[in-house]
Amino acid sequence: MSEYRIQGNTGEWEVVIGLEVHAQITSESKLFSGSSTGFGAEPNSHVSLVDAAMPGMLPVPNRECLRQAVRTGMAINAQINRWSRFDRKNYFYADLPQGYQISQLYHPIVGEGEIEVTLNEKDPDSPTKKIGIERIHVEQDAGKLMHDQHPTMSFVDLNRSGVALMEIVSRPDISSPQEAGAYLKKLRSILRYVGSCDGNMEQGSMRADVNVSVRKPGGELGTRTETKNVNSIRFMMQAIEYEAQRQVDLIESGGAVVQETRLFDPNKMETRSMRSKEDAHDYRYFPDPDLLPVELDDAFLEECRASLPELPDAKRARYEALGLTAYNAAVLTAEAETAFWFEDLLAEGVDAKQASNWLMSELFGALNKLGKTLDESPVNPKQAAELLGLVADGTISGSIAKQVFEIMLETGQGASAIVEEKGLKQTNDTGAIEAEIAKIMAANDDKVAEYRSGKDKLFGFFVGQTMKAMQGKANPQIINDLLKKALG
Amino acid sequence: MTDFSRLGVAAIRDGVANGEFKAVEVAEALNTRVAAAKALNAFIVETPEMAVAAAQAVDADRAAGKPLGKMAGVPIGMKDLFCTEGVQTTAASHMLEGFVPTYESTVSANLWKAGAGMLGKLNLDQFAMGSSNETSYFGNVISPWRRNDGGNAALAPGGSSGGSSSAIAARLCPAATGTDTGGSIRQPAAFVGISGIKPTYGRCSRWGVVAFASSLDQAGPMARDVRDCAIMLEAMAGFDPKDSTSLDLPVPAWEAALNSDLKGKRIGIPREYRLDGIDEDIAKMWDNGIAWLKDAGAEIVDISLPHTKYALPAYYIIAPAEASSNLARYDGVRFGLRDLPEGAGLQDMYAATRAAGFGEEVRRRIMIGTYVLSAGFYDAYYTQAQKVRALIARDFENAWASCDLILAPTAPSAAFGLGEKNADPLSMYLNDVFAVPASLAGLPAMSVPGGLDKQGLPMGLQIIGKALDEQAVLNAGLAIEQRSGFTAEAGEWW
Repeated sequence: MSEYRIQGNTGEWEVVIGLEVHAQITSESKLFSGSSTGFGAEPNSHVSLVDAAMPGMLPVPNRECLRQAVRTGMAINAQINRWSRFDRKNYFYADLPQGYQISQLYHPIVGEGEIEVTLNEKDPDSPTKKIGIERIHVEQDAGKLMHDQHPTMSFVDLNRSGVALMEIVSRPDISSPQEAGAYLKKLRSILRYVGSCDGNMEQGSMRADVNVSVRKPGGELGTRTETKNVNSIRFMMQAIEYEAQRQVDLIESGGAVVQETRLFDPNKMETRSMRSKEDAHDYRYFPDPDLLPVELDDAFLEECRASLPELPDAKRARYEALGLTAYNAAVLTAEAETAFWFEDLLAEGVDAKQASNWLMSELFGALNKLGKTLDESPVNPKQAAELLGLVADGTISGSIAKQVFEIMLETGQGASAIVEEKGLKQTNDTGAIEAEIAKIMAANDDKVAEYRSGKDKLFGFFVGQTMKAMQGKANPQIINDLLKKALG
Repeated sequence: MTDFSRLGVAAIRDGVANGEFKAVEVAEALNTRVAAAKALNAFIVETPEMAVAAAQAVDADRAAGKPLGKMAGVPIGMKDLFCTEGVQTTAASHMLEGFVPTYESTVSANLWKAGAGMLGKLNLDQFAMGSSNETSYFGNVISPWRRNDGGNAALAPGGSSGGSSSAIAARLCPAATGTDTGGSIRQPAAFVGISGIKPTYGRCSRWGVVAFASSLDQAGPMARDVRDCAIMLEAMAGFDPKDSTSLDLPVPAWEAALNSDLKGKRIGIPREYRLDGIDEDIAKMWDNGIAWLKDAGAEIVDISLPHTKYALPAYYIIAPAEASSNLARYDGVRFGLRDLPEGAGLQDMYAATRAAGFGEEVRRRIMIGTYVLSAGFYDAYYTQAQKVRALIARDFENAWASCDLILAPTAPSAAFGLGEKNADPLSMYLNDVFAVPASLAGLPAMSVPGGLDKQGLPMGLQIIGKALDEQAVLNAGLAIEQRSGFTAEAGEWW
């Protein structure tokens, strides 16, 4: 992978990066209570007695959350720990009703795994790198404080309190902002494929704590800082860039990096100190005595494995085998939704290459123009397959298909109905085409002569004129054949 | 006319079922006794109307020919550590003064379903931390017992279930709930001459019980005899999916299987419990207990529980560690006391609220627990204590190779006077020395009256059984009860 170096006054510096990604587990209810995990509800409407830590309330683990963590672990080829345990992380804060967060420090449910990333996933020749995953553990999210509701008081919303998170901890194997970005993108893609997290960074379903240190290439590891709660891939890359440069400047000007927690300010594009190691909490972790250890049996693990979908790397290889270009295969597999759309087209009988070309050019282009995501596409795969079927069987030409697609986007009508209604059906009537060809040749006898004297390129002119005369509805293959015959 | 205060659980249940008297008559009689015994300070809240309402429902069910529950018509006292819907639940703390739960603990709900009624919420040591009921925010509970020296020194009813023990011994109620973390059912039972059993950890749901130390807390019944304990435990116990540590096992019919014939049973006598300087009366009572069990057909064997001396220190690390975390939720943010000084920030509010809301002993244990979990001390204290806990459990496992039950004193002495041990927390903690090993191992253990000491005060014999073998514990308790001839009662001075 590319060598990322910071040029300092004293020479080159290498950056060492590790990421702790918090991913909200997709589940109906919270990690230890039956409350809904729905986003955007009225404050404190999704709060059970357990979430509010009322006296005598006890946590009961949500099996589905554990299952999703295990499936995620399997998707990154990680060791699944058949025996794990929940610990309490003790600290006081108004958004933490229990006075402790239930997490897994000593015995996480998922152990070591790895994720392979490429710097430019659309370039098949881009080098790849394996980023080690140290662990995935499951823990509770905290509530949310609202400081803008009252002049002198802060309000607490406990809707998020107790929602299940996976903390996915990478090894410090990442050595540039680009690698970090590629890693986070790949991780997000895997989570979405597995269905264990929706990867929605804007809504806070995924956020990263970024550990950065710098060192002379190959030298001893430097002191690291941790930048908390970065909530977009772009911000994360900016934060790393800023933080690495800050550390280099600091060291070169005779200072020393202090181990501390920092915050990234996306407006100023800088990180700033939140608390130093000396102020760090003593979390007094200890095993949660309200919960038994989590023991996973064969049947459970079997089900987790069997329920895993085909993952991006495997899918990409399969698409290439279907005849797609490496670039198309990479784009179509980068997001689970795209791959599923593509596969829905195939299931409707569309040819793989046709489907991939149409998706990449027509659909993506149209959605781009409309400012919509694939999920919001006005045309679904079944409707698209109908359109592509009309092209494949020669009912309409590719250029007519573009027109039909536009109408579909606007009106929501079916392709066949539009073709029927607007009379766009392609004609195979050789007599009519021959008549038009004759007229065009008569009107352009100079060009006919030029063509016949060897200016082959003029063939396209005749095709265009004929198609125009036929109002685009002639079968291009037939036009070609007839023109060749007529022009000699 | 029947003196209902003299009837136990079985007698009331059977009398109501047979139509000898109405449940309402019992409830009203006991309501009157509760109201007249304020001097004992056993109750924090009295709920006479709830006792009557439950009794009326039972009487109506009987009149309608409906089947009656295991505790039908029996009014009981509820330790104020159990959350009761609509009735203030304080854990005897200022922190929760005025806190009225919107929910009912599983154990209390089970009892109401079985037809029991609530006379009131019983006083206890604050957050169940104490061995004398002197740490309650609502004042000391007084034992109905007096020394035979003619003095009228107020005696400790034991703790933490001191309201329960005092009320039962004073015949304000035939039975009451207790909770036992390190002896809090057994020691108070011993101090007032009644019976109480802490079942196997997990038998009774902890859901809705204000937590002290989660890995040790276990609810159980306290009553005037073994049969009554068996009946009430049947009503309290059972799997609860809301408590992850609850045992998913059917509740045995303990009462029906009561049998004091101990032929074939081997009773282990742990030599490590015979401490240097053991109280003479306690030692003698223990010998009597051995003789009674032998008489009941049991074989007596000497056993060794070599790690016993480490149990108390380990307990006083593990229990405070868990407590320091369990009590973090009392922060003034959502319920209970909030002390918000003028201009205070969040941290100030925490400090002020917790300083005002927790008593001295609770604060002491939070400090101990915070300390032993701190970075740099965790391994030396908490990890080490957990290892000791495992060794204690293994001691018992090894012992079961040569015996089926263990007999020991419940506490090292009879009741002490209120105020006598306050100055020295360590001597207070020593009261739990015989009780905590069974707690650390999660084993069923029971205290039954073993006799009176020189001062005329009750002493308790403790029977420890194998996990899930409450039946054997109850049977041995019954055998002792039948032979001890313990009929002493506290004089009614209040």
